[in-house]
Amino acid sequence: MVLKDVLPILLATAWLLPLASFALIVFFGPRMGKAGRGAGLLATGTIITGFVLSATALVCWISEYPPQQPELHAAAQGDQGHQAAADPGSQGHGLPAEAAAEPHEADAEAAHPPGEAHAQPEPITYYWYSLGEFGSLQVAVSFYIDSLTIAMFCMVTLIASCIHVYSMGYMHEELEDVTDPLVTLSSGRAFTRRGRYYRFFQYLSLFCFSMLGLVIAGNIAMVFVFWELVGICSYLLIGFYIERKSASNAANKAFIVNRVGDFGMIIGLMAVWTGLGTFSFGDYQDQQDVEQPGIFSQVRMAREAAAEHGGLPVPQGMIELPTEAEIEQLALAAETPEKAEENIEAELDRRQRRGYWLLMIAGLGIFCGCVGKSAQFPLHVWLPDAMEGPTPVSALIHAATMVAAGVYLVGRFYPVFTPEVLLVIACVGCITLFMAATIAITATDIKRVLAYSTVSQLGYMMLALGVGGWVAGLFHLFTHAIFKALLFLCSGSVIHACHTNEMPQMGGLLKKMPWTAGTMLVGCLTISGAGIPLIVGLSGYYSKDYILAQALSFQQANPQFGWIFFYAAAIGAAITACYMFRMWYMTFVGPPRDEHVHQHAHESPKLMYVPLVILAFFAVVGGWNLWLPGMDLGIEPLLEQARPAVTAEGASIPAVTYPAEHISHTDHAIHYGATWIAFTAALIGFLFATVFYGVRKLDPEDARRTFAPIHHFLLNKWWFDELYWLVVVRPALLISGWIAAVDKRGIDWLADNSARVVAAVSRLDDWIDRTFVDALIDLIAAGTHAVGLKLRVVQTGNLRQYVMLIAVGTVALFVLISLYWNYAMAG
Amino acid sequence: MMDLLTQPVGVAHYLVVGAILFASGVVCMAAKRNALGVLMGIELVLNGANLNFVAFGSSYLAPGGQSTIGLDGQLMAMFVIVLAAAEAAVALAIALCYYNSHASIDVDRANELKG
Repeated sequence: MVLKDVLPILLATAWLLPLASFALIVFFGPRMGKAGRGAGLLATGTIITGFVLSATALVCWISEYPPQQPELHAAAQGDQGHQAAADPGSQGHGLPAEAAAEPHEADAEAAHPPGEAHAQPEPITYYWYSLGEFGSLQVAVSFYIDSLTIAMFCMVTLIASCIHVYSMGYMHEELEDVTDPLVTLSSGRAFTRRGRYYRFFQYLSLFCFSMLGLVIAGNIAMVFVFWELVGICSYLLIGFYIERKSASNAANKAFIVNRVGDFGMIIGLMAVWTGLGTFSFGDYQDQQDVEQPGIFSQVRMAREAAAEHGGLPVPQGMIELPTEAEIEQLALAAETPEKAEENIEAELDRRQRRGYWLLMIAGLGIFCGCVGKSAQFPLHVWLPDAMEGPTPVSALIHAATMVAAGVYLVGRFYPVFTPEVLLVIACVGCITLFMAATIAITATDIKRVLAYSTVSQLGYMMLALGVGGWVAGLFHLFTHAIFKALLFLCSGSVIHACHTNEMPQMGGLLKKMPWTAGTMLVGCLTISGAGIPLIVGLSGYYSKDYILAQALSFQQANPQFGWIFFYAAAIGAAITACYMFRMWYMTFVGPPRDEHVHQHAHESPKLMYVPLVILAFFAVVGGWNLWLPGMDLGIEPLLEQARPAVTAEGASIPAVTYPAEHISHTDHAIHYGATWIAFTAALIGFLFATVFYGVRKLDPEDARRTFAPIHHFLLNKWWFDELYWLVVVRPALLISGWIAAVDKRGIDWLADNSARVVAAVSRLDDWIDRTFVDALIDLIAAGTHAVGLKLRVVQTGNLRQYVMLIAVGTVALFVLISLYWNYAMAG
Repeated sequence: MMDLLTQPVGVAHYLVVGAILFASGVVCMAAKRNALGVLMGIELVLNGANLNFVAFGSSYLAPGGQSTIGLDGQLMAMFVIVLAAAEAAVALAIALCYYNSHASIDVDRANELKG
């Protein structure tokens, strides 16, 4: 069997197993063992099987295409003039790219002419099942498999497996009847309901299925379907404690805010389809079995054509070419043939520009959807509220599924984005990462600190993608997924022990919960990017370095404004270290702030801390490359294989230059500079937190008083919720109030009065009925009754009399007949 | 009337017997107070009619050996016999019930449902 056939089978099985588990739990959930205990085992079993299948797929892939680390490759081969094993299409046209690549460019071009997929394994497009064909439009279940897909599968299933196992411990309360102290009934008593253990796992299974479906999707129709499925799953899980007002509000908020993003998303997808005429990512066969270029191929061809002939890189389908009649008209309108040619040229240029706008709209629309899903500014407000769900769900949403979906999609659609769109992405990411990081400093709810930290880290990813760091952004997605899952599960363990989310009530838990404290420390170190500079580090160290290096590289290419991105990222790194260690110190170190909580705290069961240890292990080694003979085993070289063949690297629009990503690794000035700056920033943040919360040399209370306005501002989350309340919710409520008034005063009045008229008419009708129609019927009945009364006398009851009457009657009949009979009467 | 006595036996003779049977039956029905007597009267009436059917249907009696209604007459007679049997069964059941509840089968006393 060849890889092309094996991978789709493996991944599709891994994808569909959670669906099977979901279906089984839907139908048999409550009957699976005591209180549905079997549902947890089933869901966990399927997802672990999924992980095994994904890992098998990964092994198959890397044995076929051993990943290579590009800069090592480049360094090794640089002398021979082979510039890079990275994408040959990235031979930059930007300034730094040129500077770096110039000496070897001619050779590299000769060795690997553009368009030839050299180190890039061909992605597998697998057409599985057609749902329908409408003209040229195919709606199908198809897969698009490259190393990114496989890596995502492994990551999602690994983290989901850990979370499933952990949930079996965390959700054990749901096995019995649950009394929810946060819900008060109108009678004043606490609310009691049946446990929903099986339902929790049912949703988790559906969630995993949706996310895996999104990752494996080979066309945008499928992407949209699973995109929405992910949304509805998050809605169901955030609102798991649906009786709590806050939980149902948070679920609604998440869903509605995502709707805003999806509105843009569907516009973007429509623009893509309108322009390119296909849903498929990869090349596909049409009904006549002719090979047709997919979305990516069309965009790549446009880029190549633009690089060759100049002009804008717009796919042919997005340009509405003038018809012959229009050209004729233009030609006739001009006085001279030269003038006519000029006019036609100008018209063509105008049309191309319009097509470019369409491409930009497509990119912005798709990014808009990602803004909603990945909780970017200005749609980030739902994510902190999503903490209302059970903690394993927060871990799943924040690490592997919901928010990862947005970043993943930006990565997937990367070739479609024009440089303008990428700049927007970078700006949004930059604002998000800085804003969320500042809010996280003042949050006291342990889960909210992590939530804002997620928003901030997602901002990092978007920033990285926006400044041209495709691998950097997605690499951070992977490392972040692992350590954020770890951090959330640790916080869940703490909450499980303390029965509160508030850090001011914790403290001194280090001795009580050594496993949790240790693994959480690993998580904090990882997210801060700890490591020995230039030698070795935890996974976050590598991915954050790549991002900063790319931002620095971008700054050097665009000195006018690029520094904003770099400094935001660097300051963000410092703040990240600060708030993460603040959280760790407040939770685990120092004197217990609440004796009651401290006394009842205990280490979580083994079922819960074993996943923590597994995740901590991966958080440490996630960024490492294993140098095996012939391959570099690691996430980053693996992702390097899936790098879009043509990206905005080197593409130059006025005033923006995109440096090729490999420059940030090969140029030592950039690479070392970024590493040292990241390290210093993290160290400053760490020291800050230590001074205030670790050794408590300074009292945070003082700082709070000194910077009261800023503290207030941050504590209220930059007033975003209030702003939206004022700008969106209040006007919406106001308008709905008006509409309700119109409804009540106008439409209801009309309805009421017409009902009144109908009632009056029917009363009249009723009177007519009774007076005339009924009376007639009554009269007939009375007459019949009277006749009956008269006739009853005939029935004497005397049998012999009847016989006589019959006999006499018969005789009389005969007499009459014989008297009056004639043959004419017989007819 | 006197002709009948001189002529060979034909349909008319049978009709006379049938008429006598019918008349006796009617009188029996009208005169008897005993319910069983009334039932017997009914049988007589029915058999009077039966005799007429059979006579009309008989090819021996018909002039020229060809009756006008053929086998139909005998068929009708069969029907009447079956009908009479059914009627007798029902009527005897009524009589029995009546006797059970009233210890009498006097039809004159069976006037409780009069109007």
